[in-house]
Amino acid sequence: MKSFELVRFALGAIVAHPMRSVLTSLGVVIGVAAVVMMTSIGLGAQQRVTQAISGLGSNLIIVTPNFQRGPVAQAAGGGVSLRDGDATAIAKQVENVAAVAPLVRGQAQLASDGANWNSQIQGVTPDYLIARDLKIASGRMFDENEARQGRKVLVVGPTVARELWGDSDPIGRRVRVRSVPFEVIGVLESKGQAGFGQDQDDVVLGPLSAVRSRIAGRRSRGDAVQTIYVKATDEDSLDRVQEDVTNLLRDQHKIRQGDDDDFQTQNMASILAASQAAIGTFTVLLAAVAGVSLVVGGVGIMNIMLVAVTERTREIGLRMAVGAKRSHILIQFALESIALSLVGGLIGLTIGVLGAFAIAKLGQWPAAVPAWAGPLALGFSVIVGLVFGAYPSWRAARLDPIEALRRE
Amino acid sequence: MIDIQDLKKVYIMGEEEVSALAGVSLQIARGEYVAVIGPSGSGKSTLMNILGGLDRPTAGVYGFEGDDVGQFTDDELADFRRRRIGFVFQSFQLLPRLTALQNVELPMVYAGMSPKDRRARAAELLERVGLGARMGHRPTQLSGGQQQRVAIARSLANKPDLLLADEPTGALDTHTGEEVLALFEELNAGGLTLAIVTHDPEVADMAHRRVAFRDGLIVSDERGRKA
Repeated sequence: MKSFELVRFALGAIVAHPMRSVLTSLGVVIGVAAVVMMTSIGLGAQQRVTQAISGLGSNLIIVTPNFQRGPVAQAAGGGVSLRDGDATAIAKQVENVAAVAPLVRGQAQLASDGANWNSQIQGVTPDYLIARDLKIASGRMFDENEARQGRKVLVVGPTVARELWGDSDPIGRRVRVRSVPFEVIGVLESKGQAGFGQDQDDVVLGPLSAVRSRIAGRRSRGDAVQTIYVKATDEDSLDRVQEDVTNLLRDQHKIRQGDDDDFQTQNMASILAASQAAIGTFTVLLAAVAGVSLVVGGVGIMNIMLVAVTERTREIGLRMAVGAKRSHILIQFALESIALSLVGGLIGLTIGVLGAFAIAKLGQWPAAVPAWAGPLALGFSVIVGLVFGAYPSWRAARLDPIEALRRE
Repeated sequence: MIDIQDLKKVYIMGEEEVSALAGVSLQIARGEYVAVIGPSGSGKSTLMNILGGLDRPTAGVYGFEGDDVGQFTDDELADFRRRRIGFVFQSFQLLPRLTALQNVELPMVYAGMSPKDRRARAAELLERVGLGARMGHRPTQLSGGQQQRVAIARSLANKPDLLLADEPTGALDTHTGEEVLALFEELNAGGLTLAIVTHDPEVADMAHRRVAFRDGLIVSDERGRKA
């Protein structure tokens, strides 16, 4: 007999009870839809985090003070361990460094022409633009001289410009920051949302010394910085630069062998890798939980297939009497089970994809349907149909034709 | 064509052994029209099941055209039933989802015939049993007599050597039963070998030979038509 005939028999049985078939495959529908949505949410989160982290700047090493040290060190250093001198030393002594940018930051109320806006103000050097891959949209960045002299000039992010001056040109405007007057000399190019609602354009840049003395707080020592950004020339030298920076700073801070660092360095590539791995694990976990409903769906199919075998005992007996082999019966019922599961998989895939788009569109959560979602969902459907159809099909195939024909 | 030697069939019912056939020998030649009669439990249905390749004997030889069918594997039995045997049942055994035409096509599907060829042959067979106008009907839309004629058309689909009928008129009224018997007579006249299991003497009298069973043994074997 020809194999397509068995497919026809299997589909015929499914079409004969459309409502029952759809209800039978409902478990698989829900399972597949859930798996597709969960993996889409996971992938979306991964993409958004990648975007956010690489938005900080490429080939970047972030050096921050380490407050994990003992109380003696806390008292001695006052919680501040990075200074201007450290940045200068890195720039001078470490190879393969494209830019070194020390930074202090504070939150400040900005007032200009009757408008008010609260934003983060960052005290930086001109190299900060290189380190963070930022660009000037209009006006200019302050130069080394202005930075050193502590001139009261500012470069503002697009959000700040819009909030304070609307559509008019901010260049040359005066802004009072904590009642100290500054002059706007440039506007940054937009970087967009960093993901999870954080606006990277809501920022104000000023010369390091000016911001440190006027804004970031007078409690801090005159040369303390909160962060040093070190940009390596390329990705390959990233690990090497991180090691050199660590060794240099230990030297600078006179840390004895065996003692802990009083600073920490974070390599953007490894942060990215770590967060990707974390989200990946999370996604697998979500998908596995969703996968449980796929198993439940399979049990539903097995249940109805067992009912179908009982209902159609006489049909099975008759088919055997007119010449069907046991293998024909086995394959016919297995195909029926696979087809039920596959129909469920297709409906579930559709719902899952639409659901993922709905979440992406309506919710704040990013969602991206992976390209392999389709083959994966349908592959799993086939496996579920095969596994849970195996026992009912085997029961059908081993029926005794005489008994089967006699069954009412 | 059929040569049965000392055929035995023993069923185990719990602790007890029940001997359904206790050593039966029987020859049936091509073109014969045999009625197998006897009370229920006499072994006649067991014999029919073995003849049709639905069951295997416990002992003895079932020779069919020189093959020992009793030694066939499950798959060989399925091939045997498909190629050699046509079954007609008391309860018709039509598949309710399928039309008359599709029911007749079914054995030819398992024989691997192309859809076009088997449709043509099924239509021809339905014409032959007088149901040319009812091909698209489902079993529930047909009378009992019509359903049995569809079943007969189906039994003829793969040109069997032997047609086995188990109480073929049992579910029919006298008139339609007679129509079915007339059809059998016609098929036998065309050369088909027929074996009918019945406990109805009137049906048995239509046959050209009557083999009577009692307690798993043949008690009489008469030739010649009575009716």
